[in-house]
Amino acid sequence: MLRYTLRRLLLAIPTLLVISFVIFALLDLAPNDPTANLPTTIPPEVREQIRLSLGLGEPFLIRYLKWLYQFFVNEPLNLLQSAFGIEIGDASERLRLRSWTTRSPIVDLIVERAPQTLTVVGLGYLTGILIALPIGIISAYRKYSWFDQIGTLVSMIGFSVPTFFTGLLLIIIFSVNLNWLPSIYDTSLRVTDWGSFTAQLKQMAMPVAVLGLYNAAQISRFMRASMLENFGQDYVRTARAKGMSEHVVIFVHVLRNSLIPVVTVIALGVPQVFGGAIITEQIFRINGLGELLISGIQSADIPLVQTLTFIFAVLIVTFNLIADILYGILDPRIRYE
Amino acid sequence: MMKWHGAIGAAAAAVLTISPAAAQRGADGEVKILYWQAPSILNPYLSSGVKDVEASSVVLEPLASYDEKGDMVARLAVEVPTLANGGMAADLKSITWKLKPGITWSDGTPLTAEDVVFTAEYCMAPGGGCSKLSAFTDVEKVEAADPLTVKISFKSAKPFPYGPFVGGESAILQKAQFKDCLGAKAAQCTKENFAPIGTGPFKVAEFRANDSIRYVANDKYRDPAKPAFASIYMKGGGDPASAARAVLETGEFDYAWNTQVEPEILERMAKAGKGEVITAFGNYLERMHLNFTNSRPEAGDKRSVYGDGSNPHPVLKDPAMRRALALAIDRQLLVDTGYGASGRVTCNIVPAPEVYTSTAVDWCKTPDIEKANKILDEAGWKKGSDGIRVKDGVRASLLYQTSTNSVRQATQALIKQMWGDIGVATELRNIAGSVFFGADPSSPDTSQKFFADIEMFAWTYVGTDPETNLGGSTCKEIPEPKTNWLGTNFSRYCNPAYDKLAAELAQTADLAARAALVKKMNDMLVEDGVMIPLIYRGRISAISNKLAGHRHNAWDVELWNVADWTRKK
Repeated sequence: MLRYTLRRLLLAIPTLLVISFVIFALLDLAPNDPTANLPTTIPPEVREQIRLSLGLGEPFLIRYLKWLYQFFVNEPLNLLQSAFGIEIGDASERLRLRSWTTRSPIVDLIVERAPQTLTVVGLGYLTGILIALPIGIISAYRKYSWFDQIGTLVSMIGFSVPTFFTGLLLIIIFSVNLNWLPSIYDTSLRVTDWGSFTAQLKQMAMPVAVLGLYNAAQISRFMRASMLENFGQDYVRTARAKGMSEHVVIFVHVLRNSLIPVVTVIALGVPQVFGGAIITEQIFRINGLGELLISGIQSADIPLVQTLTFIFAVLIVTFNLIADILYGILDPRIRYE
Repeated sequence: MMKWHGAIGAAAAAVLTISPAAAQRGADGEVKILYWQAPSILNPYLSSGVKDVEASSVVLEPLASYDEKGDMVARLAVEVPTLANGGMAADLKSITWKLKPGITWSDGTPLTAEDVVFTAEYCMAPGGGCSKLSAFTDVEKVEAADPLTVKISFKSAKPFPYGPFVGGESAILQKAQFKDCLGAKAAQCTKENFAPIGTGPFKVAEFRANDSIRYVANDKYRDPAKPAFASIYMKGGGDPASAARAVLETGEFDYAWNTQVEPEILERMAKAGKGEVITAFGNYLERMHLNFTNSRPEAGDKRSVYGDGSNPHPVLKDPAMRRALALAIDRQLLVDTGYGASGRVTCNIVPAPEVYTSTAVDWCKTPDIEKANKILDEAGWKKGSDGIRVKDGVRASLLYQTSTNSVRQATQALIKQMWGDIGVATELRNIAGSVFFGADPSSPDTSQKFFADIEMFAWTYVGTDPETNLGGSTCKEIPEPKTNWLGTNFSRYCNPAYDKLAAELAQTADLAARAALVKKMNDMLVEDGVMIPLIYRGRISAISNKLAGHRHNAWDVELWNVADWTRKK
């Protein structure tokens, strides 16, 4: 197991290098221009100066190597410094990865935005799982019952109705007509007392509901399918023949076995939580990581987009590995030697 | 819950009882402003879009601003220097600004002429990427004669010397704060760029890049009774339609910037009665450029290249064609469908102010398909079997490009139909704004490269003086490969007579003479069919019924008078 993990980790290095190069090349080849959003009052010569000041005058390969160095050497050193409060080398001369629109270090932007993404999108994912598992179990146990039919209908709706529609629908019902919930998320809200706690709950309610429905729809289908597959197995008949109660059959035998593929699916979905729900964040103005990525793309903020997408790539590779290892731990039949 | 409401009632009553004593700093609580493009930085010189300049204008101030009528009003200066008051040298080569005495920065230190001198130095420092650099191009030196006097000398005579330090884009930075941020170091000064110390009515309390800003009233502000609001919460993100909704329908915000969406959507939202849509007109013009060079792929390396002028456009080289295209457009229809109250029909390249607007080209205001057809018939454009005109084997078929935006695409579709009526075929194309307005010389899709026959976008310029705007159509401004496709003469129009007028304008100080020249140049561009002006566009924003004191301004930043905003009781 350990050897397998090590081998996978080593293999991840060239994979990530290739990914980083592809992302960088794609962004560089895209014809976006960081000065495109400036008003027309700014003449092209000045725009050229701005582009040069951003380092766009250098050749592609140099810029890529610079980015690699900043990402893998400078930023980790800075993290170490701030974590332990020590100074390594000449910190003031060390170039940090900077966004072109804010001119501030990208890592700081990510740190500032991670909380709202993790709370809202993470809670949406968690809610989705908590709704999906029972629905999947009951739907499979009472196959084709009215509960299963309704569950199927709801998950089809969750699957096929896009979040920008459900989000807007909720805003029109709960913000415009009923005036119960705010349609705009206040990221500067600090939870200090009961009042601010209810305000936080109120502003999270709609985005969490939208994401919860979407996630639940997917996971509940996996859960149902996996349960159904196991209900047909011989060991279930054996368990029942031994006179075990239905409770034990479902929760001890079938559920545990059925969860194996579902856990993999859930683990593979975790990087999406970090990636933020781009559309949902945009609708409710949550301004988390997803919104950071999309605004970076719109303003051609190449270093920002490059760094963010690369971090997502790292997370995806990592969670793939975690899912594989979890699989091995949960299912004794699978051994990686 | 009942208790809670009671508390609010009591608080409201408390506020009501103090209100007669109004005109007191911070008495009106918090004002909430929504910018759907989120501000990224609070240093106007490093901004990547208008939103950053807007957000910084609450804190940083220029020497003078433009008011809602387009007139200059002194802010940090005692008065605007002119020839009449002696602030401007007789040879037009220098200008002297006097600062108001007693103004302090929000940290309590006094504002001096050194700060102004430093601001110029900051913008002109090489490698800084200052976005306002063009205002300083002709500046020879900026010097402090005494702590309250700044003298700006120009390399050549400047009849309109109000580029530097006028308007929100050219605000004064504090020397003490930014002295280590010159040139290439400008980008490293995150702390300074995120929380500049200013002289304005508010100071930055918390800045979250691309997300939200909280400002609090500046207790050192020169007017002790202002600002009426204790704080501003400025939120960014989302889209224009939902921004308008937050003010007009849900009432969560007091002010939403640039709510440019289809008029019927705004009308429906405004029916909720919580706020209104306001428009102000500056010099924002939606216009079409006609390519004077051959933009077809078969031109190869010479595609859209002016060169020595021997590469004319196969269709648009004919003045009759250009005139017919302009005549066939029903501008009123475009305004009604796409702009509503935020657009007006215009035939001028210089749409405002009134002293500069020409009436000689008003023929374009009334569309005349019949006359356009007649002009084309007479010019020898014969209709083929498919209804499309042909002359000398060249088919009147045009590629018409613009940026991706629902209103622009609707306009494109309507114009395609109108041109169909005169036997001109149109192929439509739209390109993402970040590519189209970008200037990546390797991209074939930029507005400068103009690999199309017609392109449409909006144009604006700083202040009320159109000299730089009209100067953009001179021969030397033609984008070419040798200039890395830089330049603002998108149409590739080169007319020595026009260049002569532009040179004359740069030397003329008398307003009446300037106005006459501007009109002449404006008419020349329209008559020659270099551009087809379409719509004079207003700045459209949404404002809550509970907000008073806002004067909607299209000549400067929209938050220019935020110090005067109050809460309606």
